[in-house]
Amino acid sequence: MGWIVFGFLAWLAGWRANVWLARQPKSRATALAVPVIFGVTVVILWECAVRGFGINPVLLPAPSAIAVRFAGSTGILWEDFVQTVLKGALSGYVLGCGGAFLTAVVIDRYPFLQKGLLPVGNFVAALPIVGMAPILVMWFGFDWQSKAAVVVVMVFFPMLVNAVEGLQATDKMQRDLMRTYAAGYGKTLLKLRLPAAMPFIFNGLKITTTLALIGAIVAEFFGSPIKGMGFRISTSVGQLALDLVWAEIVVAAIVGSAFYGGVALLEKAVTFWHPSQRG
Amino acid sequence: MRKSLIPILTVVAAIFVIWYGAAVALNMAWAKDQATRAGTNPSFTELVANTWSQKKPKLPAPHQVAAEIWKTTGEMVINGRGFSKRSLIYHSWITLSATGIGFLLGAGFGILLAIGIVYNRVMDMSVMPWVIASQTIPILAVAPMIIVVLNAIGISGLLPKAMISMYLSFFPVVVGMVKGLRSPGAMQLDQMKTWSATKGQQFWRLRLPSSMPYLFASLKVAMAASLVGAIVGELPTGAVAGLGARLLAGSYYGQTIQIWSALIMAAALAAVLVALIGLIQRIVLKRMGMA
Repeated sequence: MGWIVFGFLAWLAGWRANVWLARQPKSRATALAVPVIFGVTVVILWECAVRGFGINPVLLPAPSAIAVRFAGSTGILWEDFVQTVLKGALSGYVLGCGGAFLTAVVIDRYPFLQKGLLPVGNFVAALPIVGMAPILVMWFGFDWQSKAAVVVVMVFFPMLVNAVEGLQATDKMQRDLMRTYAAGYGKTLLKLRLPAAMPFIFNGLKITTTLALIGAIVAEFFGSPIKGMGFRISTSVGQLALDLVWAEIVVAAIVGSAFYGGVALLEKAVTFWHPSQRG
Repeated sequence: MRKSLIPILTVVAAIFVIWYGAAVALNMAWAKDQATRAGTNPSFTELVANTWSQKKPKLPAPHQVAAEIWKTTGEMVINGRGFSKRSLIYHSWITLSATGIGFLLGAGFGILLAIGIVYNRVMDMSVMPWVIASQTIPILAVAPMIIVVLNAIGISGLLPKAMISMYLSFFPVVVGMVKGLRSPGAMQLDQMKTWSATKGQQFWRLRLPSSMPYLFASLKVAMAASLVGAIVGELPTGAVAGLGARLLAGSYYGQTIQIWSALIMAAALAAVLVALIGLIQRIVLKRMGMA
């Protein structure tokens, strides 16, 4: 009972603090503090609910138990991280995005291809491509190559659509100006159209970070060697070792956020000139 | 639209040509192997014909997949067994119902949360960053756990899958709707003020109508995500029913044609659902005088 009361009080205190902070003039500190306080109160509430109601750890482990498990099995988590993220997701991401970008440059040269491929690409981008996973696992074997292949297929079309859109982002006046400078196709592409396409390309790169992780993890549900985050999640669920599952989810969350954040930082450095970055 | 029809058809035709070609390339090894074992020396055309008609090919040819789809849908309907457990219609319906419920719940909650975020500064500052951060987390990885946990407390069948769909379709709607509800400019909001509109009137007559284009754009994303959620949600239940279960069962037994037909069915389902939202969007926006 005490835990529940404590959790309730913590929630109340956190909310009051946030209400007070929200009334303060807007600043960087408040914009950071409010969500942090919210997150902390949610975790406290979770812990108190698990202890107070005596929830079976098989159903929902307490945050403290997850933290203990996380600290206790860093070896396994690191091995899974290397297998799934570095080998599977990252290699697929680089290949898929790179391939899509090159395809976009080619498509951009031929209006016929553009008119034909773009609607098809848009269509494919909305399809449940994860379903390709069992087929690709069959083709490329159980190890990370098949996971990379799933990631390539998943990131390719969203990236392609964004890159093609980006390459069309220059207007006629700008292209005419390049012509008056006597710049050929290559020079125009390099000095005008690629830089102008960067905001779109980074949009694609950011969307596909999550897709890459999802693809690599879900592909492991269809068969994998005895390591990898998806493998660990599905087997640990079977063993009802939910604290390990949550530890993997924490890893996935950290990796996902770091991946996205890294691309966002890169975007800031590359497209410093864009209005959305100057605000 | 007319103008782009020929290029699209060309690309689609090219895809089919590549598909048939890939089927030859991928299945050739097996066909040759079979021929040498039987001690025959088939001609090239016979080998090609073989690659397009194997029972468990590495890559089934399009007509094989089409035949399988027809066998498990149209033919079964004709035989009056359209809803038997072996028909693809039955499995599609299982997936579709989970997708639909999850989508409706997710979109509903998403809209409510977006309204809360727009009208409550504390919620905006505390919840919104987490909504955005949650987009970067591979939520789908949690799917097996949700299924097992809900099973353990006695909830099984449709609801766990719908929960995953809801979770996935929830975030695009929140983000899009917050953007949409905030899209009226200061000038329009001031105009409402000069008409001494109440908060309710401001919401119903200005904010909600101007959020519609954003809402529909995010509903399309949410619908696609919802279907993916339902399919992935069917994987850990041990391949009972649904398109995801067909995928898993197919991959267990090497039934590639079955996998491909389930995949094509899922794609068709996604296309129809997204097109449906597009249609509703066109009708609504037209009646509102926005398109």
